[in-house]
Amino acid sequence: MDFLLDPLTFTFMQRGLLAVLLVGAISGVIGTFVVVRGMSFLGDALAHAILPGVAIAYVTGGDLFLGGLIAGLGSALGISWLTRHEAVKEDTAIGIVFAAMFALGIAIISTARSYSVDLTHILFGNVLGVSDSDLIIMGGMGIVVLGVVLLFYKEFLVLSFDAGLARTLKLPGDLLNLVLLALLAVTIIASLQAVGIALMIAMLITPAATAQLLVRRLHHMMILAAAIGALCGATGLYLSFYLNIASGPAVVLTTTALFVAVFAITRLRERRAVPR
Amino acid sequence: MNLQTLLHPSAPAEIAPDGEACPALTVENLSAGYPGNREAMTGVSFAVRRGERVGVLGPNGAGKSTLFKTIVGLIPHHTGHISIHGEDCRTSHNMVGYVPQHEAIDWRFPVSVRDVVMMGRLRQIGWFRWAGRRDWLAVDDVLDRVGMLPFRDRQIGQLSGGQKRRVFIARALAQETDVLLLDEPFSGVDAAAESEIMDMLDLLRREQVSVILATHDMHMAGQAFDRLLLINRTVIAYGPPREVFTPDTLSRAYGGRIGVFRDSGQTIIITDEHGCPGHDREEE
Repeated sequence: MDFLLDPLTFTFMQRGLLAVLLVGAISGVIGTFVVVRGMSFLGDALAHAILPGVAIAYVTGGDLFLGGLIAGLGSALGISWLTRHEAVKEDTAIGIVFAAMFALGIAIISTARSYSVDLTHILFGNVLGVSDSDLIIMGGMGIVVLGVVLLFYKEFLVLSFDAGLARTLKLPGDLLNLVLLALLAVTIIASLQAVGIALMIAMLITPAATAQLLVRRLHHMMILAAAIGALCGATGLYLSFYLNIASGPAVVLTTTALFVAVFAITRLRERRAVPR
Repeated sequence: MNLQTLLHPSAPAEIAPDGEACPALTVENLSAGYPGNREAMTGVSFAVRRGERVGVLGPNGAGKSTLFKTIVGLIPHHTGHISIHGEDCRTSHNMVGYVPQHEAIDWRFPVSVRDVVMMGRLRQIGWFRWAGRRDWLAVDDVLDRVGMLPFRDRQIGQLSGGQKRRVFIARALAQETDVLLLDEPFSGVDAAAESEIMDMLDLLRREQVSVILATHDMHMAGQAFDRLLLINRTVIAYGPPREVFTPDTLSRAYGGRIGVFRDSGQTIIITDEHGCPGHDREEE
């Protein structure tokens, strides 16, 4: 047990552990929607598009969460505005907005002096630098995300499974889609310090994709994805501590390893189930 | 199928003439279309009584799917009026149950058969609430009615084509509607599934559910429906099969693509239409 408890004598490890558990869990929940709706490109783009907001906050000493949230929501609105009248295809619009926002963010950060170190932290995360107040904000964001998902679960399910039915039932589909995008943006901001912008998409989709291999109902997938996200977050953090590697990549590689293992096992089982 | 109604189809319904209940579905002077083809159909009027089974016939591109999508609100209508039990469809709480010809669905989606049917009860459950015991019982009840109760815990993608079709009909029934629109429910299903769906339609008739069903099957159309609606961008004929199946109306609907022969009291219809999946794509 000592190898589990020893690292926790450091307060930065305690805070880091809480942060990855939290991020793993809410990314699993929102990531489930990202996976079943096939929005992984949008998720990745949104993660990158928060950079200018974070960068401005960073350079001016403002609030990173608020800056990122504004940039994220702005990008989400921009993408849905571009695709409104089907003048531009969705993936094209996403690509345009995402690259522009990311470039803008890097341009802003490059004006700061300690440019490369800071950029590395924003891109790849620095979970050991999480402060108590960061943890409180992340916790608040987690509660908001889970609360809204619980409140609109059945509407989100119908909209994700069959948008046509949602329309015949007169659901406000555009509004609900926007709410879901906002939840995605909030999740991304909350996860920023744990895994960073560049690796965010892995936290969103890999645990959810792993869960989808194992269960057959959406809420089961959500619960399992949250558990897998939290478990891999903690495992990755310990690996980073003992192997002396960066925490973000360690967490992501742990989720990938679990996905590969589950994929291999389910494929083997399927092959055995098929009669020759 | 009741032989009596087959042989003696009653007179066409008029719009509530003398205190009789409103028709289940009334479509008046409806014109609708979509970007690229704004005039896909014009001036469509007909009424469907409670418990009546109406077959919608017409060549590919005649506007059958457009008509259905307009009635359920997937395509907006600019002129005309649609009412369900006398209430305007845009404000009515009685929502029409609709089973599209091609569901745009990811069959790997993690939902069980019960989950899919429960989606139909979204409005019954209401905002900010979760499905309760009553809702699950209602779902099991409609699954039982379509003969899919034994499959209720299967993932939706693990069903056959005919079984999927029945689950989607169950989902429409779970809306507690008594007006059901089925767009080519027999396309892409085998003969066994076809007779299962037909049995289900007979059950629905006994429950006074009005069914409006698009089909390419002339043989079935001649036998299994109270009235037929023959359309080609507008209504060509509406009435009992023997009135609709005349050489004149059929050639007006199908143009040169149909042959009608009369031989000692027998009518032979030859058509080159076939209802294979993906054949009747009118849009998308």
